[in-house]
Amino acid sequence: MSAPRNTDLPRIVVTGTGWVTPLGHDIEGVWKRLLNAESGMAPITRFDARTFPTTFAAEVTDYDVAGFVKDVKVHATAGLNSQFALGSASQAWKQAGFDVVPPRNPRRVGLYLGAGEGVLDVENYVGSNIDAWDPAANAVDGVKWAKAALGRMTPAREIEQEPNMPLAHLAREFNLRGPAYNCLTACAASTQAIGEAFSILRRGDADVMMAGGTHTMIHLFGVTGFNRLTALSERKDDPAEASRPFSLDRGGFVMGEGSGMIILETLEHADARGATPLAEITGYGSSCDAYRITDIQPDGRGAAVAMDAALVQAGIDPRAHDAQGRPPIQYISAHGTGTKENDSIETRAVKRVFGDIAKEIPMSSIKSMMGHLIAAAGSVEFITCVLAIRDGIVPPTRNLTTPDPELDLDYVPNTARRLPVDVCISNNFGFGGQNDSLVVRRFVR
Amino acid sequence: MARQTRSVVITGTGTVTPFGLGISALWSALCEGKSSIGPCRTFDFSGFPTPFVAQIADELFDVKAVVPKSHRKATKVMSRDIELAVGAATEAINHAKIITKSHEQESVTIPPGRFGCHIGAGLIAAEENELTGALASARGADGKFDIGRWGSEGIKNLTPLWMLKYLPNMLACHVTIIHDCQGPSNTITCAEASSLLSIGESMRVIGRGDADACISGGAESKTNLMGMMRQHYAKRLAATTPGEDPTRVVRPYAPDAKGCVPGEGGGLLVLEAMDAAAARGAVPLAELAGFGASQSFCPDTLGVDPEADGQGIVDAIEAALADAGMSPDAIDAIIPFGMGVTLVDAAERAAIHTVFGARAAQIPIITLTPAIGNCGAGNGAIAAAVAVRCLTEQRLPARINTVGAVGLDANACVTRAAKLNAILVFTPSLGGQNAAAIIRSIA
Repeated sequence: MSAPRNTDLPRIVVTGTGWVTPLGHDIEGVWKRLLNAESGMAPITRFDARTFPTTFAAEVTDYDVAGFVKDVKVHATAGLNSQFALGSASQAWKQAGFDVVPPRNPRRVGLYLGAGEGVLDVENYVGSNIDAWDPAANAVDGVKWAKAALGRMTPAREIEQEPNMPLAHLAREFNLRGPAYNCLTACAASTQAIGEAFSILRRGDADVMMAGGTHTMIHLFGVTGFNRLTALSERKDDPAEASRPFSLDRGGFVMGEGSGMIILETLEHADARGATPLAEITGYGSSCDAYRITDIQPDGRGAAVAMDAALVQAGIDPRAHDAQGRPPIQYISAHGTGTKENDSIETRAVKRVFGDIAKEIPMSSIKSMMGHLIAAAGSVEFITCVLAIRDGIVPPTRNLTTPDPELDLDYVPNTARRLPVDVCISNNFGFGGQNDSLVVRRFVR
Repeated sequence: MARQTRSVVITGTGTVTPFGLGISALWSALCEGKSSIGPCRTFDFSGFPTPFVAQIADELFDVKAVVPKSHRKATKVMSRDIELAVGAATEAINHAKIITKSHEQESVTIPPGRFGCHIGAGLIAAEENELTGALASARGADGKFDIGRWGSEGIKNLTPLWMLKYLPNMLACHVTIIHDCQGPSNTITCAEASSLLSIGESMRVIGRGDADACISGGAESKTNLMGMMRQHYAKRLAATTPGEDPTRVVRPYAPDAKGCVPGEGGGLLVLEAMDAAAARGAVPLAELAGFGASQSFCPDTLGVDPEADGQGIVDAIEAALADAGMSPDAIDAIIPFGMGVTLVDAAERAAIHTVFGARAAQIPIITLTPAIGNCGAGNGAIAAAVAVRCLTEQRLPARINTVGAVGLDANACVTRAAKLNAILVFTPSLGGQNAAAIIRSIA
């Protein structure tokens, strides 16, 4: 295969990957479990969810950030999002070789995350609110609330809920001083973060970018909010079978949590320090549905625009086979949440982009195994693309037992599949209308 | 290096501040030396170190008056932050004389697919009365919250769309629906730096050709219980004594500066590729000449205490100057965050001195927080809108409250005419992100 088209722009390569997920905290172990179609779902332990419509999720288990950072005291106040991000980032940093020889100029090393808001201090927040509730006025008494809250809440716990706090922890741990952003476009956030980090590098505003996402919404208000929206699977008896992307009997997504992180750098920078490129990003596309607050544009217009833009940038014609007679891309990492609406519309969007070739492209959803990591989903899914290219195998869609007659693409049901993969597209679509796609390909000099 | 290819101009500005809807209301108040700071209207905040906030009075802003009829029902699922963004967007669009879907006319000015939207947002606080009413319904016999009752019954007392009021990207969601912006859209959430980072990202998106125009900025309301609490915990709040004049509380760069108060406000700009603006016959208000971003190394990790020497701020300003191809000598005025929090002020002062050297004390500083408090994610864009107005009016607004500022031209003074060609706007954030933009008169 040939090198990508836009040779006048700097080439951007991935030199490090790391994740903390419900299926483990190391690249190879989690990858193996994904290829075995294992499930990370179980009853929720983070709070007592027994009476909620949804009682299960895919939680990160047996994780201790102390195993990943230089001095855990520096991060003593870190909330779960920051803890997950420190773990995934330290794996990526190490794989990139920066633990041995750190980047020469920290001001040329930036950070772009799609990190979620932190977990509310539920016990003390709810307690303060109820203490201050004045039923006669049907309102919270501000003076009582201040007294209650000042006596119960703690500063670090509150400040850590700001969505930019994982940035602060990572910047501190790895001495990153370049452009730093956090975006929060719901389920598209970390794909968008990687895409914008790629764009920052292409423009020459940094040499290296750490990019990815981190999020947990497995807390009282997260489950409450999604349950009220009826977006979550309520299949209580059988958590491992609950996430059923593309299956006719799908009934909503299952919440996951965790973080994915990558190191991106210009090829020039990677070469200068002798780093090994793991893959190359060649296209990024972003769009907005601008349709409705609660619904996705039914034709998949926004999703298709994002994919098209990424493919155009990568110099790939979606309607033409490659030189070896294969589809122009060999794997689609689907958004594939397992809600009725998403999976139907995403299928329509893929067909809209790839036409007749769509059916030839394997497309799977790892959310069937590790749940939906919300803001962090895209970063973890992006890493599976890098691994699919490396190993020539694509992960399956677990629980795809009952084909939906309207969904007629190749969703890689239940069993991983070996096939040579050189180019992938990774899609994520945010609740609220923001859509993002990335084209990642085998690095060829 | 691959650099920006398309110049980006500002063709419209929209703000919602405690002085009301629109940049003119804010501008008049700033020139008259007014402050909007006073007691909170929604809650009695006297249990906090200060009861004062900068809040928008209901009679000055009603979101229903600025949305098209087709979107009126959706105002029910707007948090205050969303309302501010929607109001600022309508103002900016009208200021730019752009026809969008919201005008319900046959043709629109910007093709939807070429129209982006970048609206920075904060950590949106739940409406306390709505949520607590529901929580209180799940109390057990002991009067305490019973999570079991909540899961089985209580949650039903929240409206199904409850969470959609509080997702930060819902600011952009509503604005993109109202104005039909189908181009790239992002929601940057870096506390006070959010809106300048958003403006910078719009500039890059237009620069690389992914859109011809963007609605860009940010909005946030901190005038609620959790906003107040978090500002207090972040050591941003001014402690006041009973009887103290609220309009004199915030004093940026003053030796007796004692903190800030929570505000609420939104600012959005219409940014356009210079070529696209010219093609539609628009008269640009100013040019967005340069942008830079950086991360500080904060001693306490979280950035409650900022980097003392302001090096991160320096890096962002220098990147913006380099991006604009300008030397520091070309900057005629500066709008920093100017929070009135001693350590933050000191970091900003140090940065201004590092960048501008001997000129540092001569460059007029424009201070906004004494008038509108800390509007969080709204700050930088409101500042950018003010900068544009300074350029088009060739005037500096008044400054209030600060006396005895050392090393900066920041003392209280009346408004005055000034020859202004380029204004630097910058915002550091809680968390250590810094953004800087240079706004320049059209040549």
